[in-house]
Amino acid sequence: MNSPSPSVDTPESRTELGIDYATFLSCVHCGLCTASCPTYKETLDENDSPRGRIYLMRSVADKRIELTEPIRRHLELCLDCRACETACPSGVEYGKLIEPFRNRMLPAPRDVFHRWILWKLFPNARRLERALLPARWASSLGLLSFVRATGLWKLLPRRLGRLVTLLPPLRKHPRLPSRVEAVGERRATVALFTGCVADALFRDVHWATLRVLQANGCDVIVPKNQACCGAIHYHSSQEEEARTLADQNVSAFADLDVDAVVVNVAGCGAMLKEYGHAWPEDGAGKRAQLAQKVRDVNEFLDELGWVAPLGRLPLQVTYHDACHLAHAQGVREAPRRLLERIPGLCIVPLDESDTCCGAAGSYNLTQTEMADRLARRKLQNILRTGARTVVSANAGCTLQILRQATLEGIRLRVVHPVQLLQESLEAAQQ
Amino acid sequence: MASTSDTTVPARILSTLQKIVGNRHVLSSRSERLVYECDGFTLEKNTPDVVVFPRTTEEIAQIVRLCHEHGVPVLPRGAGTSLAGGGLPVGGGVLVVLTRMKDILEIHPDDRYAVVEPGCVNVWLSLALRGTGLHYAPDPSSQGACTIGGNVATNSGGPHTLKYGVTVNHVLAVEVVLADGEVVVLGSPAEDTPGLDLLGAMVGSEGTLGIVTKVWVRLTPDPQGYRTMLAIFDSVDDATTAISRIIGAGIIPAALEMMDQGIIEAVEAAFQFGFPLDAGAVLLIEVDGLEAGLDRQQQDVTQLCRDCRAREVRVAADARERMRLWKCRKEAFGAIGRLSPSYCTQDGVVPRTQLPEILRRIRETGEKYRLRIVNVFHAGDGNIHPILLFDERDSDQVDRVLRASHEILSACLELGGSVTGEHGIGVEKIGFMDQMFSSSDLEAMHALRQAFNPRGLLSPGKLLPTAGACGIEQRHPGRRAAL
Repeated sequence: MNSPSPSVDTPESRTELGIDYATFLSCVHCGLCTASCPTYKETLDENDSPRGRIYLMRSVADKRIELTEPIRRHLELCLDCRACETACPSGVEYGKLIEPFRNRMLPAPRDVFHRWILWKLFPNARRLERALLPARWASSLGLLSFVRATGLWKLLPRRLGRLVTLLPPLRKHPRLPSRVEAVGERRATVALFTGCVADALFRDVHWATLRVLQANGCDVIVPKNQACCGAIHYHSSQEEEARTLADQNVSAFADLDVDAVVVNVAGCGAMLKEYGHAWPEDGAGKRAQLAQKVRDVNEFLDELGWVAPLGRLPLQVTYHDACHLAHAQGVREAPRRLLERIPGLCIVPLDESDTCCGAAGSYNLTQTEMADRLARRKLQNILRTGARTVVSANAGCTLQILRQATLEGIRLRVVHPVQLLQESLEAAQQ
Repeated sequence: MASTSDTTVPARILSTLQKIVGNRHVLSSRSERLVYECDGFTLEKNTPDVVVFPRTTEEIAQIVRLCHEHGVPVLPRGAGTSLAGGGLPVGGGVLVVLTRMKDILEIHPDDRYAVVEPGCVNVWLSLALRGTGLHYAPDPSSQGACTIGGNVATNSGGPHTLKYGVTVNHVLAVEVVLADGEVVVLGSPAEDTPGLDLLGAMVGSEGTLGIVTKVWVRLTPDPQGYRTMLAIFDSVDDATTAISRIIGAGIIPAALEMMDQGIIEAVEAAFQFGFPLDAGAVLLIEVDGLEAGLDRQQQDVTQLCRDCRAREVRVAADARERMRLWKCRKEAFGAIGRLSPSYCTQDGVVPRTQLPEILRRIRETGEKYRLRIVNVFHAGDGNIHPILLFDERDSDQVDRVLRASHEILSACLELGGSVTGEHGIGVEKIGFMDQMFSSSDLEAMHALRQAFNPRGLLSPGKLLPTAGACGIEQRHPGRRAAL
């Protein structure tokens, strides 16, 4: 067999890159991915498109070019939103190229923000909750909106300032119970994944998830020893830490006798589903077992079949496809089908509904210029629908869309599908 | 975008280009120019000396004028989805990337035309027209990414061009920057402009006559209804006979596509539509128009298929099933990855009645070269796309694929057809031009190009062979993903 590229088709270089060279070859260079890529749609430079980035990575692997500063920037600008995987007719697994490439080839960030806030504080729900206490007081006193409205946040260190503008209204919600019983006949037993940031900022979504699952005949277990999914680490070149978290989740979930592990944050769901092949070495079998049981809450309810009575909710809403739900998990129709069940709810189609809003994990804290451009683009599309309620099944998107609306002085409500379903359940009970 | 320059373009020209479009819209470092060394055709590569991203017609005129003065080649490029190397900078020089000129400038529903910039992606126009009851008819399978400017350059087709015509039938006027930087408008949004059809010459000229900077396109009313059918045949011969019968009966389907057994296997594995795996071939037939006549046409098509021994004719029950059927067809190429690591899609045309003959020849060629060849194509207009499966890491297979491709295209010519239906000549098929055309035909084309592009600086090495040369020699067959 003739090797297409003798300089790299050796086991050593494969290890160095962490990429199977055949994945490069699966791209036939047709270019059909380009117009699906949010960053390409903004810069219109092929270096910022999926096809271009694959070409750059392969050229670096083939030693045709050096990994120079501009090339690094083009690769770092990628949101890893996977819209290109949806568009690709050849089934190129782009995520399996960009993720290991960035992990191995781009130096891990070493700044204080990454080391102390992103990697240490965020993944620990308890710690984060405590750290947010002052913010919650400030929020209840109206100080946060004051800081945002006056632009005082710009005086804070850059990323901290952005964090302040990202914070949603903070309210205290009681901790989740370790188990709740199904209402009526039991149809399934599931475990709920609660995550880190989501548990600190969106516990109301967790409560809505519990209620909605219960109402549809599910016993729900909430394991206390679970951890952050590891996505924040995995996507910023901290593979070891990510694997440690994955193994902690394996011990929390793998031995439970449940029909599914239900997740309500698309980003976490996508990461959990990839546990099986993110680290092919020791313990991959158990990680794969857990990954197979993972279901997004929309996907799970749609498969199980909705049975609970729903009441009228006369609202005009629009649905935003979170990248990690639509592109990474392929879940598009399930949330829409669930929302269509709600009497009185009118769903207005959103242009570019599956174009990234710029949140992309911690991207909106690191690639601020592009994140802002995409947020403005998303908000403009939302405003054109006329709806002032946006449905988003991912915590990161919710924060990003809310932030942009607040900055532009627009009143917008951003909710998770389960929150509308819960409201509709309550309406039926009244 | 701008970074360290290591281009061979003289500093004076480079700095003028940077003044024209702005520093950040010029790529001059080799590492950033590299992605522009090829398009959807990857057999031949050449890195452009500099890449510029203009925003206005005036900027393009200035760029072309500058290149004209200094004798530097200029080549326009859209989304780079050409399957024939239309965007390949053969002679190096300045690559003018039109993607930033992407706006839809005007939509006139009452006069049924729209004005778009060349970098507008084909499907964006269709999306913008939602709710007007109108659409832009040419729908290449790459429509989600390819640009209207590129469609004009290659006179693109698509499944629905059987009834609605190709790009040239839907372009009313173009604004063009000529070789010396002069800006002219050819054609007019009003119908029937008198005089020589210079617009007709411009469409499909692959950038050799000028750079199109604005396009007036015709808008077509959406059909009132559709009937989408799937006819299943035991043999390819029966299916191709049915095609000729349907067209012969005076029915003009909106689309008439064929998939043979090999493709059915791949598509079924990918999409689980429920295609019978033992069928020899299936036809995907769509009729559209006024609701009133559609049931009758559907009956006629069904009867004609049955007359040609169709085993079964199914009708898509609803819009969702229709979309699923079209998804299977339009994304068939992606599914081929399930059959083979590499593939090469050819593009040829034969008169419809010769379809059974060309498919027999393709089968024989496959046997002769020990290659598996599967077929999925726009059957209604005789535009075939045989797909040759191979492993690109095996040089012997690569060689056999090249020889088989050449033999199939020669057979198309022999049967009275052409070596390209819709991908264009680009650089890929330039070697066939002297087989397709007599020397006096080619001389006339050269004379026309000479009139527009006297110094040959616009898109050199494209479309027309240079005297004495027989085109670029191929070493490696292309693997294609979409048509």
